[in-house]
Amino acid sequence: MTSPLATPRLTAPVRRLATTLEANGQELVVFAVIVVLFAVVAMINPRFLSDTNLTTIFSGNAYVAVAAIGMTLVIISGNIDVSVGSLIGVLATISGTLAVNGYPIIICWLAPLVVGIAINAFVGVLVAYVRIPSIVVTLGMLSVLKGGLISATAGAWINDLPPDFMLAQFRLFGIPSPIYFMVALTILAALWMRHSGFGRTIYAIGGNPDAARVAGIRIERSIVGVFMIHGFFAGIAAVLFATQLQVIQSTVPPNLELTVITASVVGGVSILGGTGTVIGSTLAAILFAAIGSALIFTNVSAYWLRAVQGLLILATVLADMARRRRLR
Amino acid sequence: MMPVVEVSNISKSFGNLRVLKDISFDVRPGEVHALLGENGAGKSTLIKIISGVLQPDGGEIKVEGDVVRFASPRDARHTGIATVYQELLLFPELTVAENVYLGHAPRTKWRTLDWQAMRAGARALLDSLDSHDLDVDTKVGLLSVANRQRVEIAKALSQDARLVIMDEPTAALADADAKRLLSVVRRLRERGVGIVYVSHRMPEIFALADRVTVLRDGAFIGTKPIGEVTEASLVSMMVGRSIDQLFPKVATAVGETILEMKNVSYRNVVNNISLKLRAGEIVGIAGLIGSGRTETALTIFGITPATGGEILIDGKPVTIDSPATARSHGIAYVPEDRGLQGLIKPQTIRENVSLAILDRLAKLLVVDRRREGALARESIARFGIRARGAEQLVRQLSGGNQQKVVLAKWIATEPRVLIMDEPTRGIDVGAKAEIHALMSKLAGQGLAVLMISSELPEVLGMSDRVLVMRGGAIVAEFDRAEATPDAVGAAMTAAGKHAVAELAS
Repeated sequence: MTSPLATPRLTAPVRRLATTLEANGQELVVFAVIVVLFAVVAMINPRFLSDTNLTTIFSGNAYVAVAAIGMTLVIISGNIDVSVGSLIGVLATISGTLAVNGYPIIICWLAPLVVGIAINAFVGVLVAYVRIPSIVVTLGMLSVLKGGLISATAGAWINDLPPDFMLAQFRLFGIPSPIYFMVALTILAALWMRHSGFGRTIYAIGGNPDAARVAGIRIERSIVGVFMIHGFFAGIAAVLFATQLQVIQSTVPPNLELTVITASVVGGVSILGGTGTVIGSTLAAILFAAIGSALIFTNVSAYWLRAVQGLLILATVLADMARRRRLR
Repeated sequence: MMPVVEVSNISKSFGNLRVLKDISFDVRPGEVHALLGENGAGKSTLIKIISGVLQPDGGEIKVEGDVVRFASPRDARHTGIATVYQELLLFPELTVAENVYLGHAPRTKWRTLDWQAMRAGARALLDSLDSHDLDVDTKVGLLSVANRQRVEIAKALSQDARLVIMDEPTAALADADAKRLLSVVRRLRERGVGIVYVSHRMPEIFALADRVTVLRDGAFIGTKPIGEVTEASLVSMMVGRSIDQLFPKVATAVGETILEMKNVSYRNVVNNISLKLRAGEIVGIAGLIGSGRTETALTIFGITPATGGEILIDGKPVTIDSPATARSHGIAYVPEDRGLQGLIKPQTIRENVSLAILDRLAKLLVVDRRREGALARESIARFGIRARGAEQLVRQLSGGNQQKVVLAKWIATEPRVLIMDEPTRGIDVGAKAEIHALMSKLAGQGLAVLMISSELPEVLGMSDRVLVMRGGAIVAEFDRAEATPDAVGAAMTAAGKHAVAELAS
């Protein structure tokens, strides 16, 4: 039984490397693709690597990566949230509306977090205690949020945001703040998922809910917790989104939820739950931003972006299935 | 008369594990041939070989005198061998008629489906099985298990099956349905079909079978006409060996009562259970599938919290409403199905072993990786888990080693009561002995162990006391000395005595 598994006499470091590769394959693949993409596009059009463009790629899309962290946790727990784009739209509008009405800036920044956590606590309760599948709950939420937003604002844009409010335009050492948020939150979330009891509980629930329950884990509470954390990340994403341009279009960023879900999946989260990391989802979010930009710099129609995203999802899911089969 | 199917000298191994050794066996037309043996005796493997799911390593299969080789279940079906599996393979969204003719539906001359012929054919087949009450236009998903089984049998007949294999067809049925099914089987026999009938229910076997073949540990023990055997002689053929030699039960001093149940019920599946578990004692629960053994364990562990009665720990009444509270009272549960309830297979041994005590290993929310790693390495050593290391994924381990991981996980919670449901199901003989030794050692350290097992020798060999369950209630209790295979086996099936007469009529 053990013979095919016992790799013949590898030295310890090599074996450790092999284990790391096996465990983190998807992250490394995404990282390699990013490197290759940058190299190739830079050769075709060197302006791709200009400061302005790099800022756009990394900073302009940091909110996607931040939202994808929360999404990753939700998917690892065996659930999904298809309403996150609408949620971010609503939270950004709340934040901007408070700002133009002269509320203290700190309130404008914290309100989306609190509201995001509250809304998703409600979603979590419906999923965990009422036992409605998360896809159904969040599909409903998607319509409620989107419809509510359009009715409430009549599609009006929010202008004249106070300069202090513009968190995402703030720079430290010349680097825009969203990049700090993206990097710091990714690292914190990665460490937390790996080392905290709750993080490990999320993996267990997604991997085998019955076994987790039998092991004495309070699954319902944990799932509500996961959704609340997801709401927190959506809140931060909304603030970054609201504060990066001079206006907030009170609409939902088109297809944002799909981009966020795609980032999680391409980053190595199994759509079946139980495996994946936030490092992978952040890398994948960066990859998408870079692809979008690369299409422009190589004069390919931006409409291809969606198609490329779709192909990436299919490719990753195929790779995931192949890997599962091998591990079985 | 030439047998419908004859197998001779069939052998089969999985890896190093020999599951069938030189089995010879035949079924005549119009005969019900019962196949008996404990779990793991090789019945399922033999069935799978005859129905083409598995290929034998050696030996040959003859169908009506011709040597055949089945590459797939499809081949077997084409030669007239149909199997009615425990988990029925029907399509719930299709009607009865559609299910019966799925894959070989009658066509009109325009090559479209001939619905009329299909419905009429299904009707005729069901009528021939005395199943006039089944509507051929009902969706199968709306039918009871018993009715689905009859659809499955009609399906076999529609393919002109000459041999029908039935794998524990009555295991999931209530008595009335089971009795009906038996009359359907008799109808099949009258039509000249050969039937291989696997069942643990002795009364059924005596009511139905013409001949009985017993397997034990993958070996052929004997084929006898039903008139030449008794229940007792069949049990001893199945069990065979001397139990005391196989199970190294260490006698330990029995201490205080830790857990006591007083008239505990759960809905109508667990009825007024009263029992005491004492420190250092192994209590075995014997019973047939569906007798309420696992349900009792689930109730003690709070998965299906008791709806009546009282559970006491150290003499104090407690409310156990979830696995988490059960755990906090020092109860551990090694579940019946490792894959479904025991393991997080995509995770490592380390992560699985610490799962039930994550909150204890965490300081300020952060899991203490050093203590966790130490726990994993200690468990690997203590339970003899054969793995590359603590970081190996659990899904890569063999069944026996997976079971040791589940056991290690629960022992890490430092329980006082350990419930083990089918502790050695599906694992090889060597690993079984190791699990038994561990169980004995744990009892020796003062744990109260409650063991549920479908393997009579295991129950008899490991238990200080044996409880027998039937219909959700405890119907008999034996001390180690009194617990003989005959006595326990009789208690398990006792409903049987007059049921035999009833079924035979």
